[in-house]
Amino acid sequence: MEKKEILKELEHQFAEKITATSSDFGDDTLIIDRKSLLEVVQFLKQKPYEYSMLLDLTCVDHMGREPRFEMVYHFFSLTAKHRLRIKVPLSENDLSIESLASIWKNANWLEREVYDMFGVSFTGHPDMRRLFMYDGFEGFPLRKDYPLRKRQPRIRLRK
Amino acid sequence: MKSNFILTKLDQVISWGRKYSLFQYPFITACCGMEYMGAVCSHFDLDRFGAGWTRFSPRQADMLLVVGTISQKEAPILRTVYEQMVEPKWVIAFGTCAVSGGIYDNYAVVQGIDKIIPVDVYIPGCPPRPETVLNALIKLQEKIKTQGQEWRWKRRKS
Repeated sequence: MEKKEILKELEHQFAEKITATSSDFGDDTLIIDRKSLLEVVQFLKQKPYEYSMLLDLTCVDHMGREPRFEMVYHFFSLTAKHRLRIKVPLSENDLSIESLASIWKNANWLEREVYDMFGVSFTGHPDMRRLFMYDGFEGFPLRKDYPLRKRQPRIRLRK
Repeated sequence: MKSNFILTKLDQVISWGRKYSLFQYPFITACCGMEYMGAVCSHFDLDRFGAGWTRFSPRQADMLLVVGTISQKEAPILRTVYEQMVEPKWVIAFGTCAVSGGIYDNYAVVQGIDKIIPVDVYIPGCPPRPETVLNALIKLQEKIKTQGQEWRWKRRKS
């Protein structure tokens, strides 16, 4: 499958910062190091690419693999009508990454969700709290090592 | 002897009145709510059995319909709503999620609302057909009729 123009151009632009690129089933993917995330993302937001829309931001737990976690960002260019996926591998020992909340407002809650479910902490986030789970909830439920039937009720249950 | 006879008859009269004048409070959290609407509106018409009047405050209701998935985060709210209702009160668990947690066997969902509040009638189904809901209501009416003046809260230990 032929690689899109954008990937070639980016490989040229950030030659040493891009770990790998792929273009499977029409989804152009870019794997970069977390140190260069902000730089790449800000570059993509400017003209001529204008990936100005953050569609989604989530995390994947590849348990048993190193690095264990992987952040996934989906961007959309309204002018080019094109989607771009950026993946950032994260090691379990140092689970932190730059926040995008200052660039995209919707990143605020999306990052809080990722923090809530996976325990990834975002540096520079304005309000790093849990989003869905309640106060006193321990652990991160979407991690693969969270026990399936572990319950943490807020009130004392009957029986 | 004579006074006992009168009291029994009074009990029956009160029970009869109660079973046909259930004021419901729907606690709707999920997709079962659509089926609830179907059961309550004119096609199936819960009002035929005297339970058509939806109250929008638990303080005025005596039948709590728990319709949908109850998450752990919601559990204290549901218990507060139940405690706000005045006796006598009855609870119907509507749909598989309210009955047992359904397919959501995970960290977030209460595995059946009977873990939080006592339940009188369980309606299975995902979602239940409106006929099942009507059947459950009739079952609850039978229970109310035979229950008489049980005054459950006087006997409650806790």
